[in-house]
Amino acid sequence: MRASILGGAGYVGGELLRLLADHPDVEVAQVSSGSHTNRFAHTVHPFLRGRSDLRFCDPAALEPCDVLFLAGAHDDAADEVRELEGRARHVVDLSARFRLRSAADWREWYGTEHAAPEYLERFVYGLPELHRDELIGARFASGVGCNATASILALLPLARAGLIERAVVDLKVGSSEAGARASAGGQHPARARAVRTYAATGHRHQAEIRQELGDFELSFTATAVDLVRGVACTAHVFPTEAVSEKELWGLYREHYRSEPFVRIVKERHGLYRYPEPKLLAGTNYCDVGFEVDECTGRIVVMSAIDNLMKGAAGSAVQSMNLMCGFEEARGLGFAGLHPV
Amino acid sequence: MTTETKTLKAACPECDAEIVAAETPFVHEILPCPECGLELEVVVADPLQLLPAPEVEEDWGE
Repeated sequence: MRASILGGAGYVGGELLRLLADHPDVEVAQVSSGSHTNRFAHTVHPFLRGRSDLRFCDPAALEPCDVLFLAGAHDDAADEVRELEGRARHVVDLSARFRLRSAADWREWYGTEHAAPEYLERFVYGLPELHRDELIGARFASGVGCNATASILALLPLARAGLIERAVVDLKVGSSEAGARASAGGQHPARARAVRTYAATGHRHQAEIRQELGDFELSFTATAVDLVRGVACTAHVFPTEAVSEKELWGLYREHYRSEPFVRIVKERHGLYRYPEPKLLAGTNYCDVGFEVDECTGRIVVMSAIDNLMKGAAGSAVQSMNLMCGFEEARGLGFAGLHPV
Repeated sequence: MTTETKTLKAACPECDAEIVAAETPFVHEILPCPECGLELEVVVADPLQLLPAPEVEEDWGE
């Protein structure tokens, strides 16, 4: 099967190329970049050196393919999908543009009118743990917000059980979330050794969490820390009724026992007793752990992901596998490194 | 002559996971829970009864 990537010079585009290079059912036909046209892809993504002779093409030169990944910014994606949908049987748009089902929600959280509202209902939110059945054979899938993914997978079993009255979600995030384009906040003096809260309230990924998990009081704060890859989520849940740890074990086990990429990490021994993002670099796993505060009844749920993988390209390839009829975990077998 | 292998089971007192002992364990033997990792001490071998094994508390200093 032939896959192409539009906007492949960024970090997410690079992750797609890394994953698809080892995918036994997929050949990358083209990768485009408006700013790197004609350059070898390995000059931007060095892990391709010696493994691929792909060159970036002009975005206008993309030819028909089986799967098209849109890996550019969401400002461009709406027009792109209208123009490009005829060139591919399946489209996976990793930008934010088609994650929300409602144009009103888009306006509220992104501050603009949606450029292609007629497509909103056609896209499936590309998190297989939530929408596996809809993704099978689907024509269009959205990407996922990385912070939203870490939060959703932490809270999903509790939300489905109706146990969340109020949740306070605190995220510590790596610098690659900001993308490959230069920004003032990404300069080395600003980013190195940072522990900087950049969204105390009002983070856009809340909209995805609300859409996918339903209605409860949600507070959300994101802090940039000195990681390149990774999201560490700590969700403080004030439940509708008292829940024991044994009941939480049952609930999380029931939800995630069959999931290929969600693991319960709650160990009694060893250094890594709870989810730790650095161990997940390059993997498609989301690790989830929990503990009950016996004094207050508060439930603390921790999750960790690689933002570029489970929070972007990994979930996109997992979705593609479902859309195209491949085994769901195909091409996503990397288990991570230790020590790292 | 065939030898029948007896499977002994108990629930982890921490997470409720099923603990299976393929052979009759010794009293005081330690069986780790495969799900939560809690180390369990065999207090009765048959029927299998388990309790959290005593452990030295660690000072994580964090």
